[in-house]
Amino acid sequence: MNSPWTLSDVLAHHKMRWWEYLGVLFALACPWLFSSHAMMLNEIAITALFAVSLDLILGYSGVVSLGHAAFFGWGAYSAGLFAKHINNDPLVGLLFSLVSSGVLGGICSLTILRGSDLTRLMVTLGVSLIGFELANRLSGLTGGADGLQGVLMGPVLGKFEFDLTGQVACIYSVVVALLVMVVLRRLVHSPFGASLMTVRDNRLRAMAIGVSVSKSLMVIYAVSAAVAGLSGALLAQTTGFASLDVFSFERSADVMLMLVIGGVGWLYGGVIGAMVFKLIQDQLSSLTPQYWMFWIGLLLVVLVLVGRDRFLAPFKGGRS
Amino acid sequence: MPTSAQPASKPVLSARALCKNFGGIKATQSVDLDIFSGDRHALIGPNGAGKTTLINLLTGVLTPSSGKIELLGEDISHLAPHLRVQRGLVRTFQINQLFMSMTPFETLTFVVSKQRGLSSKWWSRLGQDQGVLDKVHQLLEQFHLSDVAHQAAKRLSYGKQRLLEIAIALACEPKVLLLDEPVAGVPAGERDELLATVDQLPSDVSILLIEHDMDLVFSFAKQMTVLVNGGVLCSGEPSAIAKDERVKEVYLGHSAVRGVPHE
Repeated sequence: MNSPWTLSDVLAHHKMRWWEYLGVLFALACPWLFSSHAMMLNEIAITALFAVSLDLILGYSGVVSLGHAAFFGWGAYSAGLFAKHINNDPLVGLLFSLVSSGVLGGICSLTILRGSDLTRLMVTLGVSLIGFELANRLSGLTGGADGLQGVLMGPVLGKFEFDLTGQVACIYSVVVALLVMVVLRRLVHSPFGASLMTVRDNRLRAMAIGVSVSKSLMVIYAVSAAVAGLSGALLAQTTGFASLDVFSFERSADVMLMLVIGGVGWLYGGVIGAMVFKLIQDQLSSLTPQYWMFWIGLLLVVLVLVGRDRFLAPFKGGRS
Repeated sequence: MPTSAQPASKPVLSARALCKNFGGIKATQSVDLDIFSGDRHALIGPNGAGKTTLINLLTGVLTPSSGKIELLGEDISHLAPHLRVQRGLVRTFQINQLFMSMTPFETLTFVVSKQRGLSSKWWSRLGQDQGVLDKVHQLLEQFHLSDVAHQAAKRLSYGKQRLLEIAIALACEPKVLLLDEPVAGVPAGERDELLATVDQLPSDVSILLIEHDMDLVFSFAKQMTVLVNGGVLCSGEPSAIAKDERVKEVYLGHSAVRGVPHE
């Protein structure tokens, strides 16, 4: 297509592709198709959403972070505490975590506006370490190293109790994740999404066309934190538990690894990365419980050296 | 004299006694500059004359040590760069500064949307506005980018990238456009297209051209300012500048090859 687009071309370009519909259907069918692995699926959906939240800042805005678990952890603990002390309705709890994580992200965004990538890596890492130690130290509130226990969630929509097989939990997480994905898909294809890409591609020129770089970054950092917090909240709600590892460095590093596996800057990279990572982890850790990270490491090296784009180019609209 | 031509009108952009010191080095020394509506003003000077520093001061990348910059009568000396752009002071870059992963269509659609206050919308699609699309089509035509509208900027030829560089600036609807060496590095085959496009920029946009290429300067400019050692050596109409002994001396002294044409 060589001529510039008309309005209908624009709309056609942003329509969902057949494989996206297929993906949605598949995701919705999963809780029934693999009902015996519901807890595993639940974890994949949550991790995928978390990875997508990192992609918003890493892939779309060019902000590196080694401490995104700070918001995941905040979301998990805030959802757990909210359910325990205030209201155990899952959706109200989700909303609370979403908003409070977003506010926290908005405040923390002030730390990533200036400096180089290295400063950002260190600052974000630092924030997550602070979160970890706060949760550890405030044991009266959080349970400290024992984790936050005794979170009893109410039924979803007042009807569906979280059961022991985890199927309800799984459906709940998948549906929430899909809804968030729909919203984020809209967001990244919007004019605001384009403003993020200008900041990512060339900050100097973004300023020179009148983009307020700081404002764009603050908004997307808050949104990203809100989604990360939401995924943390899903974990706490569906497992009825929050432990210190929600803040751990490994969680931040793993999720970056997933984005490298799935590819940054196209939303589905996080989903694919999370699926591949979790499935490999599951398979390998049952074979070699202690050494499975070896294979993940090998995969990472091969992926980065060979270049993932060669495999995935057809799905990226042909201009990767 | 620049002011005598339009004694009644006020300059669109003016610098008064503008100074910038880096430690002990006076990169800009008491520069006065007036750009009037519709001006074609060239800023020339040998390497190290302080042209880049002056541009950075005008656009807000640097803040002046002293002096004042006014845009449409408003003091913008200490305004952030993106706020100056929003007020109509836009520049292009000597070295292309493009959004390499975005296509010309996407880039210009975003810039035009931004101009129309749509850039913070997050629920509508980029380009979902007929008015914006019309403007984008017109820009793509004007800058000979229609054929490559949907190729990522990094895949374009250098000449096309150069055109996009200027198209982005013009999409910002500037009142004053600072063109920083627009034809630098463009191969001969693509040069004419670029020159023609620069020549046809809208006449109501005031242009300050920074350029080494004297052919372009003398064919384009109606006013000139010569910068030497951070200060203004002289300014006036091209014919007067061409005859100025001091200018000849500066240029012959620094690079004899690039002489000023004789009248």
